[in-house]
Amino acid sequence: MKFQTLQQLIACCSSDGVSIGQLMLSEQAKETGKSEAETFELMADYYNIMKEAVRRGIEEPVPSRSGLTGGDASRVHQYMNGGLPSLGTEACTALAYALSVSEVNASMGRIVATPTAGSCGIIPGVFVSAQERHGWEDRHLVMGLFAAGAIGYVIANNSFISGAEGGCQAEIGSAIGMAAGALTELRGGTPEQAVHAVGLALKNSLGLICDPVGGLVEIPCIVRNGFGAVTALAAADMAQAGVRSVIPSDEVIGVMLEVGTAMPAKHRETAKGGLAQTPTGRRIMNNLYGANRGRKENGEGETTQP
Amino acid sequence: MRFKDVFSIIGPSMVGPSSSHTAGAVRIGRAARRIFGALPAQAEIKFYGSFAETYRGHGTDLAIAGGLLDYDTDDMRIRDSLTIADASGMTLAFKTGSNPAVHPNTAKLTLTGDGREDIITGSSIGGGNIELTGINGFDVKFTMNYPTLLVFHKDRPGMLADMTNILGDGGVNIGYMDVDRKGRSGDALTVIETDEAVPGALMERIRVLPDVQRVCLADLTAGEVKS
Repeated sequence: MKFQTLQQLIACCSSDGVSIGQLMLSEQAKETGKSEAETFELMADYYNIMKEAVRRGIEEPVPSRSGLTGGDASRVHQYMNGGLPSLGTEACTALAYALSVSEVNASMGRIVATPTAGSCGIIPGVFVSAQERHGWEDRHLVMGLFAAGAIGYVIANNSFISGAEGGCQAEIGSAIGMAAGALTELRGGTPEQAVHAVGLALKNSLGLICDPVGGLVEIPCIVRNGFGAVTALAAADMAQAGVRSVIPSDEVIGVMLEVGTAMPAKHRETAKGGLAQTPTGRRIMNNLYGANRGRKENGEGETTQP
Repeated sequence: MRFKDVFSIIGPSMVGPSSSHTAGAVRIGRAARRIFGALPAQAEIKFYGSFAETYRGHGTDLAIAGGLLDYDTDDMRIRDSLTIADASGMTLAFKTGSNPAVHPNTAKLTLTGDGREDIITGSSIGGGNIELTGINGFDVKFTMNYPTLLVFHKDRPGMLADMTNILGDGGVNIGYMDVDRKGRSGDALTVIETDEAVPGALMERIRVLPDVQRVCLADLTAGEVKS
């Protein structure tokens, strides 16, 4: 790829006279030796999977495989249809859709990792709700996924996108930044505005720890996907209004790396701290794994070198 | 660059709930299946680290079994893979172990059947990406992101040149190689990642080279099983 930072991404878009999405599509085709049409089709398939996941959790409650969660997406959707949500209908729709995809994920349903499964609700929540609101063709959203991917590519290679490495800021935070930047571009913002949206969004999730109860991608992951979608809308609005990230977005990504590297292991997807180790979190974990947890499995566990 | 392209960020398409504990585990199982070259009669899977702690909640056992059945990461049959494995005649045994030296998300698979055995260790490093780190006692490291040729052979002068010349003649470009041997003039494994899948005719030419014991192509970029 010919860009490694968001600043370089803006410069490439400017010199080639293209959007972030188009630049990513061309670069991807070049990298893999496949045609742009073929590359576009794979992303279009992904968008269809996202739309299907949004639909599933809204139409009926989808219980998670563990039985701990499920049904919140349809709960929020029904509440929205029955009254006046504080967020307004548009943002509340994004919230419900993000919860839906995340619940489908927890049920072992089909989703697309964006950038991970733990953060898979945010981009579909933002994209599908925006598509309904603006009447965009699928094609427009697929290009938006390439834009989101370009932003994620820079974040991933300069910081991290997994909770085990950098905490929740790396998963949910990255997804919010990607969604905010992509939505800004989809709504006609410039690459520069899109990059400001990324920085504005990332600053809001710096330091967020990854502390899933029982180590499962459910509590608090699912609701954080909902919150994440709403935050992405706010960041895109600020950027389009002309609000700038005074600390340049590339420097904010550097801060995410610094904070994540300093984060203790117990707050990086090990379920050994945070919400996972609250009295209730521990009780849930014991109910899930019972007396087997931490002991030898079926009496056959061994301690050997792999 | 740790992440090479847009589809390592957007993707894979997968069944949940975890890109590392589910999708990555499918790919470890499937890679092992492709290396073994057939559905094994028995598979013993030993989980380490976070895999060992949370494999049931994440369906990591279903995911590994699905991979051994040659399913892709988004195959809905993964949810029923333990039942399907049973019906297909594959006996599965899941165990846990501890070893602080390995990556937190590691599985060691011992596949047997047809009088053969392969022992394959792999780690799931995030976003569905994996690294295989051990094959039958050889310490190697490769990602399965490209068509991968595994050549088991005797360590001797000119062995690598013989193999790479055949690939070069056939127009196959090598992106990465890893070699490990158990001792001078002993058994060795060469792992070759290529940009395009190695045609059967070229594999056959490598297979009949002096001192080559076994050749297999493990290609997760292709849909069908190749042996």
